[in-house]
Amino acid sequence: MSDDHNAGHPDHDAGPPPHDAGHHGKPEPYPALRARALESLLVDKGLISTDAVDALVQAYEQDIGPLNGAKVVARAWVDPAYKARLLEDGTQAIADLGFEGLEGSEIVVLENGPTVQNVVVCTLCSCYPWPVLGLPPSWYKSPAYRSRVVIEPRVVLREFGLELDDDVEVRVWDSTADVRYLVLPERPAGSDRLDEPALTELVTRDSMIGVARATLPEARS
Amino acid sequence: MNRDADLGIAEMQGAAALPRDNGELVFEAPWEGRAFGVAVTLVQQGVFDWHDFQIRLVAQIERVENTGGPYAYYERWLAALERVAVDKGLITARELDERTDRYASTG
Repeated sequence: MSDDHNAGHPDHDAGPPPHDAGHHGKPEPYPALRARALESLLVDKGLISTDAVDALVQAYEQDIGPLNGAKVVARAWVDPAYKARLLEDGTQAIADLGFEGLEGSEIVVLENGPTVQNVVVCTLCSCYPWPVLGLPPSWYKSPAYRSRVVIEPRVVLREFGLELDDDVEVRVWDSTADVRYLVLPERPAGSDRLDEPALTELVTRDSMIGVARATLPEARS
Repeated sequence: MNRDADLGIAEMQGAAALPRDNGELVFEAPWEGRAFGVAVTLVQQGVFDWHDFQIRLVAQIERVENTGGPYAYYERWLAALERVAVDKGLITARELDERTDRYASTG
């Protein structure tokens, strides 16, 4: 893995300079340079190894993502006993499928139904169930989503293309460092004959955050 | 080179698509991945707790939101990581500044 030597190259900085340059009375160094300097200092001091960081980044770029969560959801759809365990102790039931947290935080699973739509946010920063969804999309980290979904969830969901009937209760859950949420979307009507691997493909990341439904491919626009 | 590889990966569809895929790359620039990886590696190795990092991340985000500065999530992440590394005595702010300056002048 010698790639990391260019990892901090500032070639992406060709755009406009950061607006906060000069905020502290001196030119702000490029974040890429600073990240590289920080990493190399920590390596010099023996606190981390480049290989360990490489392995972790690679895992998040290639292995840990929404597919893990989709497998959890599909299993819950086909196996009522698993679903019951998942809703009772999400962390353990998810670990049973081989997906474990990095920070020892709890994962609570929220079941959506015909009259309940659970939606997840982290109002303070970006807490997110990494082991099952990977890292959050940029909109999840945006100030607009984090503030607005609490104040006007139906409006925000409509912007995601999710129209809800008036009798559907919207529940917004604020994640913390200790408790992360995974939404169990409703199994789409008409998916009765699909097996577990096929069902996995119906489960999108957004449906597990609660801003979309799981749908059959032909129902997607 | 890396960019080409990324485009190739981004275009993969269906079964070939990576699990991270939902139409979005995990990191927009390589340094974001490094900053992420360094923080999580330090937590995994018990150098500091996740809470130590997370409270600083929240503070950094709050600060830019209050001042209306550019949001740039991973810049906030990096700032939080710097803070926790300095506060825990892993590095000094001065040596980080010096090394950053050295990289800036040598490329």
